[in-house]
Amino acid sequence: MTRAGRWFGRNLVMMVAIVVLLYLFAPIVVVMLMSFNEPKSKLSYTFDGFTWDNWQHPCRPFGMCDAVSTSLRIGLLATVIATALGTLMAFAMVRHQFRGRSATNLFIFLPMASPEIVLGSSLLALFVSSGFGGQLGFWTILIAHVMFCMSFVVVTVKARLAGMDTRMEQAAMDLYANEWQTYWRITFPLVFPGILAAALLSFSLSFDDFIITNLNAGTTVTFPMYVWGSAQREIPPQINVVGTAMFLLALLLVVGGELTRRRRTR
Amino acid sequence: MTSDLVLTGISKRFGAQNAVQQIDLTVPAGAFFALLGPSGCGKTTTLRMIAGLEEPSTGTIRLGEQEITGLRPYKRPVNTVFQNYALFPHLDIFENVAFGLRRRGVKDFKPKVTEMLDLVELGAFGKRRPAQLSGGQQQRVALARALINQPQVLLLDEPLGALDLKLRRQMQIELKRIQTEVGITFVHVTHDQEEAMTMADTIAVMNGGAIEQLGTPAELYDLPATTFVANFLGQSNLLRATIIGRAEQNLIVDVQGRKVTVPLPRCRVTEGDVWMGIRPEKVFLSRAGTEQSNGVNQLRGAVVTDVSYVGVSTQYLVKLSWDQELTVFEQNTGARGTLAVGDQVDLHWQPAHTFVLDAQQDALAGVEDIDDSGGAG
Repeated sequence: MTRAGRWFGRNLVMMVAIVVLLYLFAPIVVVMLMSFNEPKSKLSYTFDGFTWDNWQHPCRPFGMCDAVSTSLRIGLLATVIATALGTLMAFAMVRHQFRGRSATNLFIFLPMASPEIVLGSSLLALFVSSGFGGQLGFWTILIAHVMFCMSFVVVTVKARLAGMDTRMEQAAMDLYANEWQTYWRITFPLVFPGILAAALLSFSLSFDDFIITNLNAGTTVTFPMYVWGSAQREIPPQINVVGTAMFLLALLLVVGGELTRRRRTR
Repeated sequence: MTSDLVLTGISKRFGAQNAVQQIDLTVPAGAFFALLGPSGCGKTTTLRMIAGLEEPSTGTIRLGEQEITGLRPYKRPVNTVFQNYALFPHLDIFENVAFGLRRRGVKDFKPKVTEMLDLVELGAFGKRRPAQLSGGQQQRVALARALINQPQVLLLDEPLGALDLKLRRQMQIELKRIQTEVGITFVHVTHDQEEAMTMADTIAVMNGGAIEQLGTPAELYDLPATTFVANFLGQSNLLRATIIGRAEQNLIVDVQGRKVTVPLPRCRVTEGDVWMGIRPEKVFLSRAGTEQSNGVNQLRGAVVTDVSYVGVSTQYLVKLSWDQELTVFEQNTGARGTLAVGDQVDLHWQPAHTFVLDAQQDALAGVEDIDDSGGAG
């Protein structure tokens, strides 16, 4: 084989990896770039000029910041509720024997496996038929989000719990820790990475959801709905500001988490 | 300060399975006590019931005057060294060792932890995490974490199972030394008969959820009560025999037409069909017809079928006239040249080394598997 051929052989995997990463990150890079765009027309999809203006006045497009605030509030509340309930459920399913456990194990996957459009429309039918048709809005969205986030929480926390040695807890009890202390000193810290992962997943699922939300929102507008609605008429570059900010926040959380983990194991 | 640990009528059922059946056991204060048996014999379940991690189906557990049967694990003056240690991975070594003292609200625990870490030679490792320590070091942390609480009873669940052979020998001596020093009752669960014999003052041999025999290592080895104990602790030659009479304090036993004598106290049954047992190193081999019987038991007309030279000793297989093969260990003292395959030999042994067991029992019970890797009992 020629030298070039050998070099190619050795670095093929690396090159493929770089291409795949580029493919993954291209949309994010575009969002970041576009957040500094100064569009010439309302429906411009090209980078027409650089400006700080979008970052200085993120709330200029009418109703956008309200939509972001609604999404954040729903996202945080749904995350807290879904994580709390889902974690309890995961504990029950890993640690306790009860009638119908394997059925529950199966059913917990259903909300993840069902098409969103089916879940969304059936929820709408449920709300309307039980007389809440007039009250569609913040609370119905929240109920819907908690519902679909919970499956993900259960599955994530369950995986972490199943991998945990129950002898840790037995050792704690043997060393004079009562049930309460055992949970907070041993079980919770060991399961925490799973709970945190579940919470982050829940938040991004909720913040991001369009189909189910749109069906059950009434007159309330969340950020994804705002983006969808405005895309028909104009593309405010501030949308990209919000997108970039969310991405940076997520990056910060992941990097921060990784750094603490490394410091701990050092 | 320490008191006897007394188990009375302890049983444990898991569903339809009887893990432990009607155990009565007294562990004297300050003893190094071993529960020995193959995996699945109920020894770990027994240990966990003492720790409070399993609840007995029947029976009571007492520690001196105090009944502890129903107490939660954290209410018992008992600590455990777990199999594979169960160190807390998210806490450093110092916090692992300090855990028990902190939970009990002991003030001024820091110097105690430091002292304990020094005792197990891990003074410099306080800030490390368990994952950063070797198996032997983790083992010592587990020991320190339990011992620092000065329990009345320390339970050890196969504590040396995960260590390699050399480290295991070293830790056996170390554990024994620490036990003598602190004077705490140790209850040690193991499947390794050599480990139990080396370390324990008293051994309870368990099989099928029950105690087969209890005694000092020498008692168990010298006079096993069952074929299981005879085979599980060291090796035994068991021969089919029939008791045919009595002469003073001896029983006369017929082994395939040859008569041997066995002292009465060494017979578990005194009539009918029996197993006659003899340890391989208690048998003396001589070339056929060269030795007279001087009040010792003899079996003549055997043939050497296998010779394994092991350095300090030689292991022979000799075939008796009725085709049964016996194992014989001989020290290589050089007093007589080694025998070769095919040599005609006679077997001699002292009546006082013979034992007689119930013929109802399985002659192969407790024969050790080749698998010595351990596992929960």
